[in-house]
Amino acid sequence: MRFIDEYRDSELARGLVEHIHRRSKRSLRLMEFCGGHTVTIFRYGLRQLLPPTLQMLSGPGCPVCVTANADLDKIIALARTPGVILATFGDLLKVPGSTSSLQQARAEGGDVRIVYSTLDALLLARENPDRAVVFAGIGFETTAPTVAASVLQAKKEGIDNYKVISVHKTTPPVLRALVGSGEVRVDGLICPGHVSAIIGSRPYAFLPREYGIGCAVAGFEPVDILQAVAMLVDQLEAGEPRVDIAYRRGVRPEGNTIALGMIEEVFAPGPADWRGIGVIPDSGLRLRDERFDAERAFAIEPGPTREPAGCICGDILRAVKTPLDCRLFRRVCTPEYPVGPCMVSSEGTCATYYHYGQDGPEAEEPCGQPARGAADE
Amino acid sequence: MSDTVLLAHGSGGRLSHDLVRRYFCPAFDNPLLAEMNDAATFALSGADGDRLAFTTDSYVVSPIFFPGGDIGHLAVCGTVNDLATSGARPLYLSAAFVLEEGLPLADLERVVQSMRRSAEDAGVSIVTGDTKVVHRGAADRLFITTAGVGVIPAGVYIGGSNARPGDAIILSGTIGDHGIAVLSQREGLSFSSPVVSDCAPLNGLVSAMLEASVDVRVLRDPTRGGLATTLNEIAAQSGVGIIIEEAAIPVSDGVRGACEMLGFDPLYIANEGKMVAIVAAEAAEAVLSSMHDHPYGKQASIIGRVRAEHPGRVVMKTRLGTSRIVDMLSGELLPRIC
Amino acid sequence: MCLAIPAKITAIEGTEATVDIGGVTRSTSLVLTPEAKVGDYVLMHTGYAISVVDEDEAKETMRIIEEMMALDEAR
Repeated sequence: MRFIDEYRDSELARGLVEHIHRRSKRSLRLMEFCGGHTVTIFRYGLRQLLPPTLQMLSGPGCPVCVTANADLDKIIALARTPGVILATFGDLLKVPGSTSSLQQARAEGGDVRIVYSTLDALLLARENPDRAVVFAGIGFETTAPTVAASVLQAKKEGIDNYKVISVHKTTPPVLRALVGSGEVRVDGLICPGHVSAIIGSRPYAFLPREYGIGCAVAGFEPVDILQAVAMLVDQLEAGEPRVDIAYRRGVRPEGNTIALGMIEEVFAPGPADWRGIGVIPDSGLRLRDERFDAERAFAIEPGPTREPAGCICGDILRAVKTPLDCRLFRRVCTPEYPVGPCMVSSEGTCATYYHYGQDGPEAEEPCGQPARGAADE
Repeated sequence: MSDTVLLAHGSGGRLSHDLVRRYFCPAFDNPLLAEMNDAATFALSGADGDRLAFTTDSYVVSPIFFPGGDIGHLAVCGTVNDLATSGARPLYLSAAFVLEEGLPLADLERVVQSMRRSAEDAGVSIVTGDTKVVHRGAADRLFITTAGVGVIPAGVYIGGSNARPGDAIILSGTIGDHGIAVLSQREGLSFSSPVVSDCAPLNGLVSAMLEASVDVRVLRDPTRGGLATTLNEIAAQSGVGIIIEEAAIPVSDGVRGACEMLGFDPLYIANEGKMVAIVAAEAAEAVLSSMHDHPYGKQASIIGRVRAEHPGRVVMKTRLGTSRIVDMLSGELLPRIC
Repeated sequence: MCLAIPAKITAIEGTEATVDIGGVTRSTSLVLTPEAKVGDYVLMHTGYAISVVDEDEAKETMRIIEEMMALDEAR
């Protein structure tokens, strides 16, 4: 398939790996922000190819993982509300809130529908005029414009039973919070490719300017990521951190101005609660038009939030710890019996470590066994 | 006669008899069924073995018709294939139907005729059956449970715990076709694809493989959970490690395209007409060439080997020369996109 | 995850396009990329084209990577 196969080419990958090995002298800590990048890195075993000078950290770029329990609880409560069809991407179905999950709400009679697109959610709203169709608006800037487009379409067609609960989040504010806290030393950042297709590469300019952190926007194929690592090594070895784009076929410096305009038209910036990080001002997107805002249309009372005991998802999302530092990882917390969202989301750091092995499969013990043990108990 | 299934069709009375006489008897016509006894009876004399294989499976696929097959085809092939994975020659099947009130009789007819063709293709007879009708909403149109018996030829010993270090792992063709064909029809995921289900009876293929060599140690059809789950099951059952080559696993463009779109890995997508065989290394070439001569094994290839290291684990050598764990499927397969 | 994949536009009607990914087709909204034309590849995310793939830039990237490799070999 074009624009996929070329970027999985083993010769190109080998060339980039050799380049990285030759150029990398200093010890550097590179973080991939995006969970999609984490998956590619593990699926292709890319860490095995990098020199020991480079330490890779996984960041908080998994929208499901960073959604706070309080927000998850609201979505689950909506799914249990009579007369509501809750439309969601599949990603969210299994994620546990304080006491339940959408999967559980569905099993108990909630009408939860998995959709591929907000277009499908709109279709549900047209087909069920007597019921409210609530779309669970989750995701970063990549997804937000598609939700904005659906709201504008609903407005245009007068589909008043279409509602959105927005827990959308934006990336530059969380990057600033993460880096500004000084908790984790990061020398270079692999910036999210598809978020950048929307916002462009300019919003990262503060990272080299204020913090001396190098940036490279990357696509999601192994060659894309290796190219980004090569660019970061080149920048940082030369002592010239800047924002490079290793994904020029999909990302322009100015981003997608039409999409940005739609986000601006439909949403207003507001505070958002990030799991493990806390409330960050102006990092959320609230619906401007209350007619489409599910939170204002329904009086949702999800009950008190609870955080799972012993779970260190928050620390893992801040890259302060890895799943291997977690007492629960593999022993209690498995994809079948997830304690925290980083295990349940397929791109969560814990799930990725679990499914693909952390540093190559030769390094550790079989992972299937504890899961079955837990199932038997 | 009405053109939909009524609750009365399951009453056990005359309408039930009518249903059986009109739809099932003509389609599945064979001497054992014709006896119309509560149990089919048969002698094993003439069979070239003294061990029986016995299996059962329920089919609840939605939608009941999909590109390349339907629930009836699936119900026959699935049970035939389960028997074939023990090395058995499948002989007789039972078929029990749970029908939802209101099911168009034309749909039932289509499913039954499809079962007839599949049974003919596989060389098995459907010799006993049952029909129940439930209220509208209590079933999703039509569920089928099939059971089957087969005879295992003397000298054939196949089982999931027989894999040994050094053995070759053979896969009979492309993966993911069935799962993607069914998925393309699901509400909310509307896409159209050239992919058709690979659903097929594999007993003929297995016979050919066993004729080529008796050193076939494990046979499994990688259905739900896909190739990854099947290989993990074998690794655990046999207490061995498995290593496979990513580049050796055939995947059609249509399956790849759909998987890229939905965030799926073809290793976890269901197959209904594929066989994984673990074969002694020295027998691999003979078994492989016997598969290439069979219509259901034309694309067969060696995808990896069994090893002593890392028992219970499946590892994949990626295209980039690195390696990673291949885990079992966990939970329901869901598109991951946001 | 922000899953987006390159898909080729085979037809356009209004703001709706039909796209092809390895023979798999589905409809995709072009409201975010109205400049997209038949024959273009777009990055499709949840049924919306979010970016038109720039073929010249793709070639340029390949050239840059090859240059990186050539420079290394020249050393």
